[in-house]
Amino acid sequence: MDNNLANDPENDLSSGHQKSKIITLGKKFRLSEFLAEKTISSVAFISFAVMILIFVFIFKEAFPVFFPSQNKAASNNIELKQETYGDDESVAQQQKKVETNELQNQKNETPSEKRSAIIKNLKGREWQPVSDEPKYGLTPLIYGSLKVSLIAMALGIPLALLAAIFTSVFAPKWAKELLKPAIEILAGIPSVVIGFFAMIVLATFMQNIFGFQYRLNAFVGGVAMAFAIIPVIYTVTEDSLDAVPKSFKEASFALGATKWETALFVVLPAATPGIFAAILLGFGRAFGETMIVLMATGNAALTSLNIFEPVRSMTATIGAEMGEAVFGDAHYSVLFLIGVILFIFTFLLNALAEVFIRQKLIKKFRGY
Amino acid sequence: MPLKKKIIGYSVYSLSAFSVFIIISAVAVLMWTIITGGYHTLSWQFITSAPKDGMTSGGIFPAIIGTFLLVLIMSIAGVPIGTITAIYLCEYAKPNSVISRLIRFAVNTLAGVPAIVFGLFGLGFFVQFIGSGADKVISGGAVLKWGQPNLLWASLTMAFMTLPVVIISVEEALKAVPREYREASFALGATKWETIRKVVLPNSINGVLTGAILAVSRGAGEVAPILFVGAAYFLPSLPHSLSDQFMELGYHIFVMSTQSTNVEATRGIQYATTLVLLILTFTLNFTAIFLRYKIRRKNSVL
Repeated sequence: MDNNLANDPENDLSSGHQKSKIITLGKKFRLSEFLAEKTISSVAFISFAVMILIFVFIFKEAFPVFFPSQNKAASNNIELKQETYGDDESVAQQQKKVETNELQNQKNETPSEKRSAIIKNLKGREWQPVSDEPKYGLTPLIYGSLKVSLIAMALGIPLALLAAIFTSVFAPKWAKELLKPAIEILAGIPSVVIGFFAMIVLATFMQNIFGFQYRLNAFVGGVAMAFAIIPVIYTVTEDSLDAVPKSFKEASFALGATKWETALFVVLPAATPGIFAAILLGFGRAFGETMIVLMATGNAALTSLNIFEPVRSMTATIGAEMGEAVFGDAHYSVLFLIGVILFIFTFLLNALAEVFIRQKLIKKFRGY
Repeated sequence: MPLKKKIIGYSVYSLSAFSVFIIISAVAVLMWTIITGGYHTLSWQFITSAPKDGMTSGGIFPAIIGTFLLVLIMSIAGVPIGTITAIYLCEYAKPNSVISRLIRFAVNTLAGVPAIVFGLFGLGFFVQFIGSGADKVISGGAVLKWGQPNLLWASLTMAFMTLPVVIISVEEALKAVPREYREASFALGATKWETIRKVVLPNSINGVLTGAILAVSRGAGEVAPILFVGAAYFLPSLPHSLSDQFMELGYHIFVMSTQSTNVEATRGIQYATTLVLLILTFTLNFTAIFLRYKIRRKNSVL
C-alpha cells in the first residue's frame, strides 16, 4: 500500500497514458525537479530566518533588564512584555506605566520597584557600569553616537554630493577615471584601518592645527567617520543622478540653460528622493560604525556641546565592554539593550531609505 | 551671458571640483601614510613568524592564519547559501510575489544591520544558545567546549553578515545570462533544474566568484562582529580545532594600537600589520572589480 502511495504520481501518469492522451501533455512529475525546487526555496528562506533570529535573540538577551528577579517577574508581568521592547519611546511609555503601577501598589511589589529603579537608571546621564553602584545612563551614549554621526554628516554630505554632481555634470573623462577608483578604494578600506589612521595620524595633525585639549575627541572621530560614509552617499547619489532621464537635461539645454543651471535646477531636484535615501543610508552607516569611534573618539561618556571633547558612542560601548561583561549580569543585558536600540534605529533608517529609492523615484520618472 | 551667471557657474564648478580634490587627496594621504609607515617593518620574516617578546617584536603569522581560517569557513558556510538564495530570487520566485519581497526585505535589512549587532547576535545565538546547548547535550554541561567564543561561531556570524554581499552580486550575474540561453535549453527539452545547473550557473560563475571575493574582503576587514565572538589578543599556538580561539589581522591592529603594553614601541608592527591588511583587501577588491567589469561587458555585448 505504502509503496503504491509513494509512487502515486508516476502510476497516475502511466495508467493515464492508456486512458487518455491529455494527461501526458501536462507537466510530468519529476522527483529531482521537485526536490531541487523545494531545497532551493527553503534555503532562500535562511536570510529571512536570520533576520528573525537576530530580532529574537537580541531582544531575548536584553529582556532581563526589565526583570531583575527573573523567576518571579516572568510569571507576574507577562502582560507587560510587549511594551518593554525597547526603542526610546516605548521605554519612556514603559517608565510612565511602571511608575503609575508602582504608585498604586507601593507596599508589596519589589520586582516593579526594582524595575522602575532600573529604568530611572537607564535614563540617567551617567554611564559607570563597573562600580559598586553601577550606573547605566544611556543618555550620554545616544548623545555620543549622534554627535559623531552629525559631525561626519556635516563634512561628508557636502563633499559627497558635490563630488557626485561633479562626476555626473562637469567631469572630463580623465577626472571620472581618477575619481571612481578613488571612491572604490575608499569604500574598500576596512574601518579598523581608518580608525588606526585617525588615532595615530589625524588626531595629532588636527591637535597641532586646532590646539584642542584632548587628542582623541568627537571631532577627530567625526572626520574619520566622514571617510566611511562618503563612498555610501556618493555611490547612491551618483546612481540617482544617472537615473534622471536624458530628456530632462536635453530639454533644459534646449531652453538655453547652462550646465550648472541644468545641474542645480533640473537634475538635482529630479534626483531628490535618491539623494535623500543616500543621506539616510550614510547616517545609518555612521550610527552603526564601531571601530572608528572606538579608536578615535576618546570613549569618555560626556554630554558637553563642545565638539572637541571626547564622547562614547553606543557601538563603541558594546565593543569595549562586552568582552568583560558577565553573562546574565545586568551590565550584559544593558549592552544588549543598546544593541536593540541600534538595531531598531538602523532598521527604520534603511526601511525609510528603501521607500525613497524604490517608490518615489520610480513614480517620479514615470510621470507621477 | 550676464556676469553674475558666469560667476555662479564658475563657483559651482570650482566648489565641486574642489570636493573631488579633497576626497582624492584624503585617500592618497591615508594610503601614503600607511605605506611609508609600514614598509620598513614589512618583510618575509614578518609575515611568517609569530609575535615574540610579549608582542613587542616578531611577526604576524598567527593573525594571518586566523584571518585565513575565518574567511575560509565563512565562505564554506555563506557562499552556497547566498548563491542558492540568489538562484531562488532570480529563477524560481515570481518577481513581485510576497515571498520574494519578504526575502528581499530580509536581505536589505541584513545589509543595513550594524556589524556590532551581528557580534551581539553571534554571542547570544551561537555561543550562549547553540554552544551552551551543545555542551549540555554532549557532556551535561560539565565540559565547556562550544559554549564559549571560538573560530566556528565567529566564522558563522561573519557568514551571516556577508550573506547580502554574495546574494546581490550573484543575482547580478544571473540576470546577465541572456534569456535566449534559457529558452534554447528549454526548447531542447531540458527541465528547469537542468537548465539552471548546466546553462545558467556555468555562465554566471564569475558572479559567484565576485560575490565570494567581496564577502571575503568584507569579512577580512570587519573587526566589530568578532570582538567578543572568538578573536584573541595573543595565543601561543595556532588554532587546531573549530572550538579554539584565533588571532586576526584587524583585531591585531586594534589591540596593538589601543591595548598593548607599549604602544609607541610597536608602532612599526602596527603600521606593517595595517599595510598587510590593506594589501589583502585591495587585492581581493580589485579582482572583484575586474570580474564584475567582465560580467557587465558581457551583459552589454549580448
